[in-house]
Amino acid sequence: MGKKRVIPGFGLSFGITVFWLGIIILIPLSALFIKAAGLGPGEWWKILTSARVLAAAKLTFGASAAAAAVSTVLGLLVAWVLVRYQFPGRRILDAIVDLPFALPTAVAGITLTSIYAPTGWIGKYLADMGIQGAYSPFGVFIALTFIGFPFVVRTVQPVMEDMGTELEEASAILGAGRWTTFRRVIFPVLIPALITGFTLAFARAIGEYGSVIFISGNLPMKTEILPLLIVAQLEQVKYEAAAVIASGMLLVSFFLLFLINLLQRRLNWQTR
Amino acid sequence: MSISIQSIHKTFGSYTALDNISLEVPDGSLTALLGPSGSGKTTLLRIVAGLEFADPGSGRVLFHGEDVTDVQAGQRGVGFVFQHYALFKHMTVAENIAFGLTVLPSSKRPPKKDIDDRVNELLGLVKLDGLGKRRPHELSGGQRQRVALARALAIRPKVLLLDEPFGALDAQVRKDLRRWLRIFHDEIGLTTLFVTHDQEEALELADQVVVMANSRIEQVGPPQQVYDHPETPFVIRFLGNVNAIKDSRNPEAPIFVRPHDVSILFAAEADPATDRLARVQHLFAAGPVAKLSLRLDDGQFLDAELSRQQLDELGLDVGDPVAVRMQGASRFE
Amino acid sequence: MANRSVTTESALVRWLLIGLAIVILTLFLLLPLAAVFIEAFRRGSEVFIKALTEDAALSAIKLTLLAAGISVPLNTVFGLAAAWLITKFRFKGRSFLLSLIDLPFAVSPVIAGLVFVLLFGARGWFGPWLRENDIQIIFAFPGIILATVFVTFPFVARELIPLMESQGSDQEEAAVTLGARGWQVFRHVTLPNIKWGLLYGVLLCNARAMGEFGAVSVVSGHIRGKTNTLPLHVEVLYNEYQFSAAFACAALLALLALLTLGLKSLVEHLSGHSAKGH
Repeated sequence: MGKKRVIPGFGLSFGITVFWLGIIILIPLSALFIKAAGLGPGEWWKILTSARVLAAAKLTFGASAAAAAVSTVLGLLVAWVLVRYQFPGRRILDAIVDLPFALPTAVAGITLTSIYAPTGWIGKYLADMGIQGAYSPFGVFIALTFIGFPFVVRTVQPVMEDMGTELEEASAILGAGRWTTFRRVIFPVLIPALITGFTLAFARAIGEYGSVIFISGNLPMKTEILPLLIVAQLEQVKYEAAAVIASGMLLVSFFLLFLINLLQRRLNWQTR
Repeated sequence: MSISIQSIHKTFGSYTALDNISLEVPDGSLTALLGPSGSGKTTLLRIVAGLEFADPGSGRVLFHGEDVTDVQAGQRGVGFVFQHYALFKHMTVAENIAFGLTVLPSSKRPPKKDIDDRVNELLGLVKLDGLGKRRPHELSGGQRQRVALARALAIRPKVLLLDEPFGALDAQVRKDLRRWLRIFHDEIGLTTLFVTHDQEEALELADQVVVMANSRIEQVGPPQQVYDHPETPFVIRFLGNVNAIKDSRNPEAPIFVRPHDVSILFAAEADPATDRLARVQHLFAAGPVAKLSLRLDDGQFLDAELSRQQLDELGLDVGDPVAVRMQGASRFE
Repeated sequence: MANRSVTTESALVRWLLIGLAIVILTLFLLLPLAAVFIEAFRRGSEVFIKALTEDAALSAIKLTLLAAGISVPLNTVFGLAAAWLITKFRFKGRSFLLSLIDLPFAVSPVIAGLVFVLLFGARGWFGPWLRENDIQIIFAFPGIILATVFVTFPFVARELIPLMESQGSDQEEAAVTLGARGWQVFRHVTLPNIKWGLLYGVLLCNARAMGEFGAVSVVSGHIRGKTNTLPLHVEVLYNEYQFSAAFACAALLALLALLTLGLKSLVEHLSGHSAKGH
């Protein structure tokens, strides 16, 4: 670097960052793609369009999208209540929102299973209504919502806190009621944060493993998610197939993230 | 439409923000609420707007004799321009201006064409023709200010309230917009109340100045009267530079004299009955007005201003002895 | 309700929304948390204690602590270096580097395990060479470390970067003009300003390191008493229908999560406090 820098440590921090990034992330990930590329396009096509992979992909992406969407609605409500209202127990609830971040996924998995199993606390009521909680696609959706919803709360919360009250006062003084103000003034301001929260929840859900495998029941073609399918391939020492499914999954989720990013940029009115 | 504020009291917790405030704002006037931050002026404006409510049972706000104390902000028919404009960033300029009309219940809402016409009319009024499709972030500070004004006027308010209307603008834009607002007010004749901490702004712009300090009103009157006949030490200190000189007659109450009311004579011409002796401590003479810092015989400092011509005639220099005569001095005993 | 603030809802709507949020959080978060402990003690505290003190459990606890003990410091050093690099300097490829740091968030833990199997597994690139030299990485401790480091990679950096970005470099520049050298600048100027953020990042990194399941599951081989971490041990017990023992170990992990949340709240409280104290 030709330019003289005032603050010391460029070389050292650059060295550590790039070295660590290289050996932990970049080399292993390229190994994955190289391994997958070892198979020809014909093989790729065959693996990725096999009925079992397609079924798993449909469940994974479908349940993730549904869970992220529900997380967005619940997250918005919870963030609003935590930011706007004072009530006893607010601080504890605020702290507990992070539980899914901190709770090991395997613990979440077995616990949600026990609650939503047909004999569980909630599962039995669902069973009465004819809904199967655990061991069904619905169970996958529940686990993914549990995992995803703190992302929405934590991205929307700071935006709500920074929003101040001036815009709402302006709206009120111009004659708008509370609901109109929310719909036309507050909600549009929150949209970018909601999209970010949705994206984070969605991305996390696609790759989620620990909390899902217990509750899903893991029936091929029915309740098997993509990460589990990868593990199944590995256990049969089908490294190439595992690599192809993993690469395909990564490519699709990178592409989706990229699309959502694009959408976000187009929607971003917040330029000051 | 006149505004009448009657013995309003407002506390936030243990802090008294407004202490028994009464004020009449005449119909069609341009009135300034002037005071330092924390004086309560913004709280008073917000109570008039209905954004804040006075302590229960403490007083009333009347618009043209009609009691609006318990009327919600949206029903009061006030136009309010926020200090930082509070424009809706995700809407165009036209959508911002139309907002107050589009949120009316469908029975009262004008047809779309009438709304568009009204928006165009207002864009013309605030000299922003053709900018309706822009978004707020594409406008300059002064333009945003005028959008906020147009938005406030769209609902045909009975009174117009402005919170530090020029606070966020550059010095030059501020001056231009100030002049423009005065002409604008004279044209539409809407009763207007604005908050400012800038005494020059209040004195130049308003018909009536309300000086506030420490949650109370210190003085109300036309600008010239408030400036020339201040009723309290606070008012005289707040409205421009002033010397506070202690003398032997009453050390508790200093006499106040503005620098341009200090006359300077040759020491030999001193009249012991009215004048005091001093020495020139510092002299600043760039520009048409010369500023002198004088040291009185008892050690107190006194600022004086005189024209360059007077200074040249006196031929003063640092260290020279002079006599000073304080005209128009006030003392509050 | 005449004199109500224009920026809040009527009491009815307010309490309705609060009630709804409480119901959601209770059903969704508090209920599972309670379930862990209730299931763990369902068959009495003796079963609970026995489940945590049997050899396999103890060795799983030991392995979990060891894995976190190694990977957290490594990623802390990385996080500090990356945050320093990203926030104190402007250089080509900076934003690209930033998105690379975030990359592990978008990668499934299973894939994080898979990549190391592909590199170091018996049929992986280095597999034959490792076997010749009698080094085992996959289905052994080093593999667990690698997988844990991968999934916890961004945590510290992610916490520090926004914090250090918002603090700017003025203080560091002032320290340099006063003659401070590289390490001194960091220790006496930067570190005191970021200590709470750093602690928070380390806490999150640690919670994830101790609780990681998917990535570690792929590389560990589930060898009882050898390569089972505590979350893997939970799975093994659960699949053997030893539910109470599984939930006993899960309760220990849940306790760790609660401790993390408690410390997090404390850190937020302290940092808020120290910020106001100035």
